[in-house]
Amino acid sequence: MIASAKAIPADRPNGKLIVATASLAGCFGCHMSLLDLDERLVDLMELVSFDRMPLTDIKHIGLCDLGLIEGGVANAENLAVLRDFRRHCRVLVAVGTCAVTGGVPAMRNNLPLEACLKEAFVHGPGLVDRGIPDDPELPLLLRQVHPIHEVVRVDYFLPGCPPSADAIWSLLGAVLDGRPVALPPEQLRYD
Amino acid sequence: MSSDSGLAVQHGTDQGGLGQGTEGAAAQVGDQVRNAPKPQDPAWAPGAVRIERVLGASLAVLGAGPETVLQHLIALQHAFSYVPEEAVARLVAALGVTRAQILAAVDFYAFLHQTPRGRFDIRFSDNITDRMLGSEALLAQLCAALGVRPGEPREDGAVCVDCTSCTGMCDQGPAALVNGYALTRLDAERIRRIAALVETGTPLAHWPRELFVVSNNVEQPGLLLSDLEPREAGLHALLRRGADAVLATLAESGLRGRGGAGFTTADKWRFCRDAPGREKVVVCNADEGEPGTFKDRVLLASYADLVLEGMTIAAGVIGASQGFLYLRGEYRHLLEHLDAVLTRRRAWGLLGGGIGAWPGSALGARGGFDFDIRIHLGAGAYICGEESALIESLEGKRGIPRKRPPFPVTAGYLDRPTLVNNVETFVAAARIAEHGGGWFRGQGTERSPGSKILSISGDCTWPGVYEVPFGTSVAEVLERCGGADTQAVQVSGAAGVTLLPTEFERKLAFEDLPTAGSFMVLDRRRDLLEMVRSFAAFFAHESCGFCTPCRVGGRLVLDLVEKVAAGAGGTHDLDELRDIALVMRRASHCGLGQTAANHVLDTLDKFPRIYRERLRGADYAPSFDLDAALAEARALRKRKDAAAHLALEG
Amino acid sequence: MTDAHSTPSTDSASAERSAFTLDGRCIPFAPGETIMDAALAAGVYIPHLCHKPGYAPHGSCRVCVVRADGRELSACTAPALAGLKVESETEDIHALRLAVLQMLFVEGNHVCPACEASGACALQAVAYHCGMLTPRFPQRFPQRALDASHPDFILDHNRCILCELCVRASRDHDRKRVFAVSGRGIASRLIVDAPSGRLGDTSFSSEDEAAQVCPVGAILLRRRAFRVPIGKRRYDLAPISRTGDVATQLQAELEAETLDT
Repeated sequence: MIASAKAIPADRPNGKLIVATASLAGCFGCHMSLLDLDERLVDLMELVSFDRMPLTDIKHIGLCDLGLIEGGVANAENLAVLRDFRRHCRVLVAVGTCAVTGGVPAMRNNLPLEACLKEAFVHGPGLVDRGIPDDPELPLLLRQVHPIHEVVRVDYFLPGCPPSADAIWSLLGAVLDGRPVALPPEQLRYD
Repeated sequence: MSSDSGLAVQHGTDQGGLGQGTEGAAAQVGDQVRNAPKPQDPAWAPGAVRIERVLGASLAVLGAGPETVLQHLIALQHAFSYVPEEAVARLVAALGVTRAQILAAVDFYAFLHQTPRGRFDIRFSDNITDRMLGSEALLAQLCAALGVRPGEPREDGAVCVDCTSCTGMCDQGPAALVNGYALTRLDAERIRRIAALVETGTPLAHWPRELFVVSNNVEQPGLLLSDLEPREAGLHALLRRGADAVLATLAESGLRGRGGAGFTTADKWRFCRDAPGREKVVVCNADEGEPGTFKDRVLLASYADLVLEGMTIAAGVIGASQGFLYLRGEYRHLLEHLDAVLTRRRAWGLLGGGIGAWPGSALGARGGFDFDIRIHLGAGAYICGEESALIESLEGKRGIPRKRPPFPVTAGYLDRPTLVNNVETFVAAARIAEHGGGWFRGQGTERSPGSKILSISGDCTWPGVYEVPFGTSVAEVLERCGGADTQAVQVSGAAGVTLLPTEFERKLAFEDLPTAGSFMVLDRRRDLLEMVRSFAAFFAHESCGFCTPCRVGGRLVLDLVEKVAAGAGGTHDLDELRDIALVMRRASHCGLGQTAANHVLDTLDKFPRIYRERLRGADYAPSFDLDAALAEARALRKRKDAAAHLALEG
Repeated sequence: MTDAHSTPSTDSASAERSAFTLDGRCIPFAPGETIMDAALAAGVYIPHLCHKPGYAPHGSCRVCVVRADGRELSACTAPALAGLKVESETEDIHALRLAVLQMLFVEGNHVCPACEASGACALQAVAYHCGMLTPRFPQRFPQRALDASHPDFILDHNRCILCELCVRASRDHDRKRVFAVSGRGIASRLIVDAPSGRLGDTSFSSEDEAAQVCPVGAILLRRRAFRVPIGKRRYDLAPISRTGDVATQLQAELEAETLDT
């Protein structure tokens, strides 16, 4: 059962809905799961065209019907991307456990940032050039990693690490048809 | 003076008062303090000899049953300002309870600590009425004067300043407790004096008495509190007429429990009388923790005999020989007085063996009856006002409400049939036994016979205790106490109902506005959202943590209220607030959780403005402060430029 | 659904003395049974976490909330009463139950992808049963310890849901009193009975009943991780509504199968 059923009208001029995706503090596993749709991708391409997503290499999102967010919010850039998605997408979906709960990256939440960075860049095994990176281009880390609904309103949630291609298909089918999402039990997983 | 003699639980002895006990404890702790750098320093710890002396005295009075553990812990806390590790080991050996059980209890009760609080442990009462009288500024003043932060013991072990839930002095606040004893009518001048007394290490017994004056402001006595002669007439009625007749009278009166739930008292007594089990127990619930209520304090201070008479009548009717008066820790200042009254009643044959064993007594033929009362101190836990949590606490455990059935009347204290009534209920029962059911029914309404004793505080000219007939309207009460320009009245405490001025014609009665007696008046100057925040913080602090909706929901409610109050909320937060409040009301285990969000639901419905005027533009607002969440990273990277900050909206 | 209750015959009168309805279905019960006891015995699942057959009813998790006689009760503590009309799988009760589950999820640190108990975790399985897609509330991300002091067990407080099954098992079944719940409110926490506060310094052992009862991944037996692979675990094989203490043949078979693997 889904909390809200926000319909996308299927009356686009070219008949296709515009979809954007992004991975925030995630591992791209959810995107891989999207690719696991395999031949169903062909069907999907009949229905949608992609705006910003890792495959299109479009940097700035335009107005979209559907935004799929993988990963939690861990830094200032994640925040900016997420808020940009919310502004541009009629329907926003949290895809995968990290977007839904914070997931594995949120396991750093009980450690001070300095300790995390030192473990990763100073004390960790196998490091050559030890030291915390300090390039101004690198986004500032948030104190904690948060699920995306703690920052913006989210219309649908699809848990799973990653959600299976079937689950993603169920979600897309429902959202594109403007139906409430009903995942069959075997597609509802948190791990 | 024997140094540890007056500590805590020597009920029924000649000790325990403000003077001797505390002075002894303070002086001893103080002696240890002067050369000690840190409270945790082993040099600080009381030696085995002193622990043994305190514990030995406590064990001698109360015995070594596992159910006595809480009282021993209170004695230790009072003597040393914490429960020393060595004492825990000693209790494990003596009582057969586990260390984990002891630590669980210490951690549960707000007045017990595993680390020293210091020579003077000062806690400001933090009810909304205290805040309305300026308690926040006084807390800040005292902290500044003593160089401490709230809740953090000073390094030299001299003092800890903190807050606590309502101490029941709302008619004479701002109030506080020092080493458990009530301070009233605090103002800037008194705070200066208190700071000086702390800095000079003046023993509590030498503090000026006027700081500790507690007034028993009975502004309006009614049916129960008038014409009090002759004394003990209710008890004599029992002895003359017998238990059945008195129970019939009680039934005729229609008396309902004064703690708020309103269960028919005669039924409760009958159930307990008829329950199988020879050892029955009468408990007086004087754990008056509902914010804004203090009438039980006044009843215990000014009408203690009437309360104890009511308990004795109940014992005679149901056949109980054991009685407890569960006195909230905040009312420790009443301990000496109550012990004296108990001693006197024993001397007069009104307690102890063979009560009423004289010719002409209906009970005389059977040699009268045996009944005695022991005072059990609470230690800072509102939930212990719930009768089954109170029983758990009497048994020395954390105050977790039991599941029902079984009800306490069949299986209560140590699984014995147990009658738990409110202080005021016992007073009413004693007067009804004396005057009859018809007399009682002469006031009140059909479904709410008799009178109700109210604790009135807040924005009114004459705060204090008022006894009014049930059926009296809120407007009439406001008229009597001098409430003007009233914005809202909070009836029956934080767990009660928030009333709009358009509702002031409603009547105090079980069928309209049931009340345990708290009546807090807020005039139009007040920020009602501050009241909501205060109550939400209270319930989050006082949730026992047993069930999920109250444990987690209570905290979520507080977070959301604070978010809205800080101007960081959206309309979505108000929807969530309502939804969580309803989950708490419907799914919680006990009355605390079920009523803990009443104030939220009431104010969302009746005073939506207080929330809406603080919302930021967006309907959906982040759950945390986005820019502040980057502060740690900014500091690490030494970034101070504008690009290292987030735009607020977006 | 029609049953004996709908007709006021003598038969129905006698049936009413020993049955209630649960979502319209007739559930017989024996004197002294709770709504939960009777429902499980009849093979009808009511979601629950702190309840375990054979243990004293507890009523703390509130996941088994049902509606009867116009008010909400915990099915595991409420006595079964003849003629009672109990609602469990209604939209209204479902929403309540879901909110309680969501509270449990945000209260602790439940990272299913990184949890050894995933697939054999009752919290997760009940959430699946209730179709929970999001924890909804702000995550509390509490700071909690992991106790690895015991040679045979890990005690991970991040996942504890305070059901007190281990407390009850150790106290009532093992006669050891290894566990207790300390503190109050949101600061409530599981503690163990040792001066060091560490599980390794208690008498806790893998022979204990308390070693078997944790419904989540808080008390984990060492050297068992992934012995049963993900996808083959208890609730992977069948949903908790068919295996969660419900009296069915299936459950017995599954138990045997899971232990063998």
